[in-house]
Amino acid sequence: MSKLVLRGVEKRFGDTVAVGGVDLALEEGEFVSLLGPSGCGKTTTLRMIAGFIDPTAGTIEMDGKVLSSRSGSVPPERRQMSMIFQSYAVWPNMTVEQNVAFGLKLRRLAGEEVRRRVGEMLDVVQMRHLAERYPAELSGGQQQRVALARAIVIKPAVLLLDEPLSNLDANLREEMRFEIRRLHEEFRITTVYVTHDQSEAMVTSDRIAVMNQGRIEQVDDPHTLYTKPRTRFVAGFIGRTNFIEGASNGTEIVFDRFSVPKSALENGAALTGKITFSVRPQSMRLSRAPSERAGKGPQVEVKVIERAYLGEYWDYVVMPAHGSIRLRVTAPPLEVYGVGESAWLELDPSQMAPIV
Amino acid sequence: MASMSRAEALAHPEPAAALTRWLSRFEPSMLLWLAMIAVLVFLVASPMVRLVVSSFQEAETGALTLANYFEAYGSLRQLQALLNSLELGLGVALLAGIFGVPIAWAISRTDMPAKGFVRLMVFGAFITPPYLGAIGWILLAGPNSGWLNKVWMALSGADHGIFNIYSMTGLIVVVAVASFPYVFVFTSSALDLVSSEMEDAANILGAGILRTTFRVTLPLVLPAILGGLIISFLEAIALFGAPALIALPARFHVVSTQLWQFFEYPVRVEEAAAYSIPLLLITVVMFWLQRSLMGRRGYTAVTGKGGERRAIRLGAWRWPMFGYALFVCAMSVLLPMLVLLQAAFAKAWGRGFSLDNLTLHNFEYVLFEQTQAQQAILNTFMYAGATAFAAIGLSLAIAYVVSRRVVPWTNVLAFLCMAPFVIPGIVLAIGFYAAYAPPPLALYGTALMMILAFTTRFLPIAYTSNVAGMRSINPEMEEAVRILGGGRLLAIRKVLAPLLKKSLAGAWILVFIPAARELSSAIFLVGPNTRVISVMLFDLSEEGNFEVLAALGAILLVTSVVIAGLGFRVIGRDFMLRRSQ
Repeated sequence: MSKLVLRGVEKRFGDTVAVGGVDLALEEGEFVSLLGPSGCGKTTTLRMIAGFIDPTAGTIEMDGKVLSSRSGSVPPERRQMSMIFQSYAVWPNMTVEQNVAFGLKLRRLAGEEVRRRVGEMLDVVQMRHLAERYPAELSGGQQQRVALARAIVIKPAVLLLDEPLSNLDANLREEMRFEIRRLHEEFRITTVYVTHDQSEAMVTSDRIAVMNQGRIEQVDDPHTLYTKPRTRFVAGFIGRTNFIEGASNGTEIVFDRFSVPKSALENGAALTGKITFSVRPQSMRLSRAPSERAGKGPQVEVKVIERAYLGEYWDYVVMPAHGSIRLRVTAPPLEVYGVGESAWLELDPSQMAPIV
Repeated sequence: MASMSRAEALAHPEPAAALTRWLSRFEPSMLLWLAMIAVLVFLVASPMVRLVVSSFQEAETGALTLANYFEAYGSLRQLQALLNSLELGLGVALLAGIFGVPIAWAISRTDMPAKGFVRLMVFGAFITPPYLGAIGWILLAGPNSGWLNKVWMALSGADHGIFNIYSMTGLIVVVAVASFPYVFVFTSSALDLVSSEMEDAANILGAGILRTTFRVTLPLVLPAILGGLIISFLEAIALFGAPALIALPARFHVVSTQLWQFFEYPVRVEEAAAYSIPLLLITVVMFWLQRSLMGRRGYTAVTGKGGERRAIRLGAWRWPMFGYALFVCAMSVLLPMLVLLQAAFAKAWGRGFSLDNLTLHNFEYVLFEQTQAQQAILNTFMYAGATAFAAIGLSLAIAYVVSRRVVPWTNVLAFLCMAPFVIPGIVLAIGFYAAYAPPPLALYGTALMMILAFTTRFLPIAYTSNVAGMRSINPEMEEAVRILGGGRLLAIRKVLAPLLKKSLAGAWILVFIPAARELSSAIFLVGPNTRVISVMLFDLSEEGNFEVLAALGAILLVTSVVIAGLGFRVIGRDFMLRRSQ
């Protein structure tokens, strides 16, 4: 049985639909991200799971029991969850230790037990030496660790994180991503993580639910999501991509100046009519002459029309000779082509994802 | 019946199930919110509704009638009082502008000397109750016996003085020196936001200081000045103490004193209610006007961070400017307080400043000998303290309910909390009297009546402060408590209240000080055992016992100042909030 289930969850504020029919199920111990641009309804969804907002339709269930429905909701304090907020919400009037102990004391644990668990938890987040400090005396990263410790120490049924890293500087953000993943590996708490940062979601999550305009467009593990996006929005939001239009002529998909046999594409036989494909810049290869190992994928003669060097790779924009589509291709730093130079572009059909 | 209700339940399973679900998820704190909302209705809505209703009721039968209005405005004398009030309000607004605007400009924009001192004096004028200022001016400019008249007679050899405080002009001066701080505060806070670059832009085009000030700077802050003038106007027409002390001996009435006449035996509450309605309407309309004036952002061009600001160099004009400021300070604080202090320590104030006229007996008398005065002092500070706690508790609950949208219709609650702001104290008192003096509550003459009325009157002050405090705290602070398993009340106790400590203490002082000096609503609700200092001062002035009066006034003033100072120090220390735990 799934740990947490959202069925057709919807939230309207007046006439505007913030969340429009979200279905999602989390297994026990799973880490799922809600990823999407601002205003896509991800935070509203999270706050409905927490119980701060009631859905206008649909239900939220945990362990088979209904927590939220249109007719009423279990208040947040009775949900056995915990949450990490965008602002950390570490209480400035309590020390680090008092902050972490708060939830345990509410559960009426013995003083000795509280002290022991708080101590262990502070060790895990490497904050034991700062236990007596007040939050105003801590850095942003340290406050974030306190918030994490405070949320995890009670061993919540579900852990909710609302863009917890958005207020940190870039380096710290990268470090904390791995910290969050490490804590998840250690405690295996069922987790819902809201973010607008794709790499954050990819580092931390077992599965990512990409949201757009109040709906989930696709739920998959990070690798599948990247290589097999199912919608134009998902393909464009996760990483960079090229959209190319093709048309089926029976056995092949015909593109501008090249074609791909359907048999080379995954589920290629099912494709009919006009189809758009997402082709990642990394999935194509540039070379000075046609590749020897022909037959694997189509090769097109192209002209380089723009280029930028980004240190870790080259970013080229190429156009098929006599064609009209612009394709973005990345190449290793040593593969240098000048603007106007001709080259051969090789595509990999297994990395071309048809989208709707 | 049983079978029918079962059939109904079967036919409509929804409502019953929904009710049980609702009950199972009911938050206990909801009861508290509902209770607080009920109190708010009791304090604000009920007296106001009562006021309007009784203005249309016949005294004995309760039948609907317009007779009260005909009665109230039937006589020329009573119409004249309304006109007098308007004359007073306009005169005060004009004079307050003449006093307040130049000083605000000088302090905010120029290099006038002794700015700190002038600012302190303006603050002094702000916290001095207007009726104490009025008494000071009676001692200064009472016909012939007043200090200024004596000085004039000594200098000119004339046999009678030239000042007569017992006149409309006298009243306007007395009220204006008490209410010019409103104009000052509004103007200077707007001026503080005008960037020097605005003036530089005019200077570079060839305009001098005067032209720049009158063509650029002042027009920019005109809405703020008008806002301040309107507040002074409203303050003047709502005031009871100063007009009663000066207009009554001068044999004319204003609305507030006329209302008081309706409360002379036999009390005619219905007529008073009818008579007070225009005052209420004028106030509401003027406040609306003031808000829409101040709200016009585009015109004021006051943009917040105004860039670099430099003081204008006045050169030789620094001293005349300072002289003018000193003149206003002398009129509003220095002279009245000087003569009041002299009277407080004098055997007889008319005998002047000599050592053999010095005595501490007046203080001894009010503090230890006269039980009525002791009682009044005790009452004053007890009521003011209780009022401060009640207003803060209630407004905190309402501010919480409003900001967290715990119940629907929160803007109605916010409106009720702010409504007393536009209700003149006397009008509020009449509403309270109409609603709660008669049985079944029969609260007239009780301490509770005073505290409830004061709480209502000063609720907006506490509410404004609490809303601001609440806004400064991220709701996530409290949501963090709830998601970990604590209820709303625990969140308020453990997190919200500690974080709001400083702002709550500030609000307490802001309510305590005006509550301790409140006269205009107290005078209508006071009973034999609930007299407060302000009412007692008023009675003493009728007896002409200025020495004892001055001593009592000094006690009130000194206590207010000490509490303000003490509070600010405590709040200041609270910057170390996290250390004080």
